[in-house]
Amino acid sequence: MLKAVEIRNLSLSRGERVLFQGLSLRLSAGEVVALTGANGAGKTSLLRAVAGFIRPDAGAITFSGGPGADGESLDAETAQRESVHLLGHLEGLKPTRTARQEFDFQTAWLGGNTVAREVAIARLSLSPLLDLETRKLSAGQKRRLSLARLIAAPRALWLLDEPLAPLDERWRAVAAELMEAHLATGGMILAAVHDPLPVPARNLDLGGLS
Amino acid sequence: MRAVRVLFGRELSLAWGGGGGPLLACGFMLCLTAILPLAAGGDPRVLAPAASGASWMALALASLLSLERLFERDLEDGALDFLALGPLPLEATVAIKAVAQWLATGLPLALAAPVAALALGQPAHLIGLTALAAAIGGLGFAFTGALGAALALGAKRGGLLIAVVVLPLFIPPVVFGAGALTRAAGGGDPLSALALLSAYVLFAIVIAPVAGAAAIRNAQS
Repeated sequence: MLKAVEIRNLSLSRGERVLFQGLSLRLSAGEVVALTGANGAGKTSLLRAVAGFIRPDAGAITFSGGPGADGESLDAETAQRESVHLLGHLEGLKPTRTARQEFDFQTAWLGGNTVAREVAIARLSLSPLLDLETRKLSAGQKRRLSLARLIAAPRALWLLDEPLAPLDERWRAVAAELMEAHLATGGMILAAVHDPLPVPARNLDLGGLS
Repeated sequence: MRAVRVLFGRELSLAWGGGGGPLLACGFMLCLTAILPLAAGGDPRVLAPAASGASWMALALASLLSLERLFERDLEDGALDFLALGPLPLEATVAIKAVAQWLATGLPLALAAPVAALALGQPAHLIGLTALAAAIGGLGFAFTGALGAALALGAKRGGLLIAVVVLPLFIPPVVFGAGALTRAAGGGDPLSALALLSAYVLFAIVIAPVAGAAAIRNAQS
């Protein structure tokens, strides 16, 4: 299992524009880091770099885990394929398929199990939504479906991009409980936010436009 | 293995339903076939020699139809992100999508191709060979099409771009496939042309997943 992520001297740029340079961050089991900063500061790009989609200009992102207190260094691609969830702005739902089809596919594809699947459906009250086509779901309902994917396929590192934005008060509270439960079992969360996270978090400010 | 089954099931269900399914491709192909006699005149002496070639051209054009759906929609709605975080490498994802594309449109088109060729005056004893060549060629169309769809990713309204990228890659299978039929119609042996067609398809099966996955990674970054 993934136990720590270490970012050392990371530099990212999009096109000609340098987002940030020399960023270092260590995230260990049970920790949360909230990324803040102005629009365009590079919060989403940092999350996508950790997921392996963007190649950094300089620096390294290393994953460690396995048996032992600190574990040993893991192959980055294997760690990303087995232990990383990315929840972005887009939910990845096909409009003409039912929520059940999409949820079952995502769960099976990301390595979920039936017990966790049932827990996810119960915690996010998905039963009345599952037979609807996803185009009929509201933004908040789609986000609940995506959160359910995080529960149904347990993975250690959650990369969340504005996770609570479409949710109302009630579901924000539920999301907070899910995050706490995830951290209690040794999970890690790296979240890009504008509002404070509902769980105690270290803050990393990426600043404004550089 | 479970992941292969899961992804294959999703791709097949997406390809069969939700627009761009096999009926659309077959309907398009038959429309093209119906237009040729209207454009060139109904004289069988004109149409019959061109029957094999015309049906292969219709096959190639009909194979283009649903290529945009292959990766573009997954990129637009964000599904490509969790496809990349799944258990299979992107190369395998591209190959699975291409095989599903072949099953959903290539094989139905291979069944429609003899109908089109027969309607244009191809000799009836070539029905089996026409379907076989179209099925083999369809696999090549699916893989080279998947490569083109991946290369056109990220270009807004990439559908037309896909056609321009992919049609040149469709030329060799059209030459070999239609060549096999023309040769058989003239009493010759179609095997060498079929062998060249199969060789091209194998080449596409090897190259397209690797090159397509590289193009997808580029579009995702």
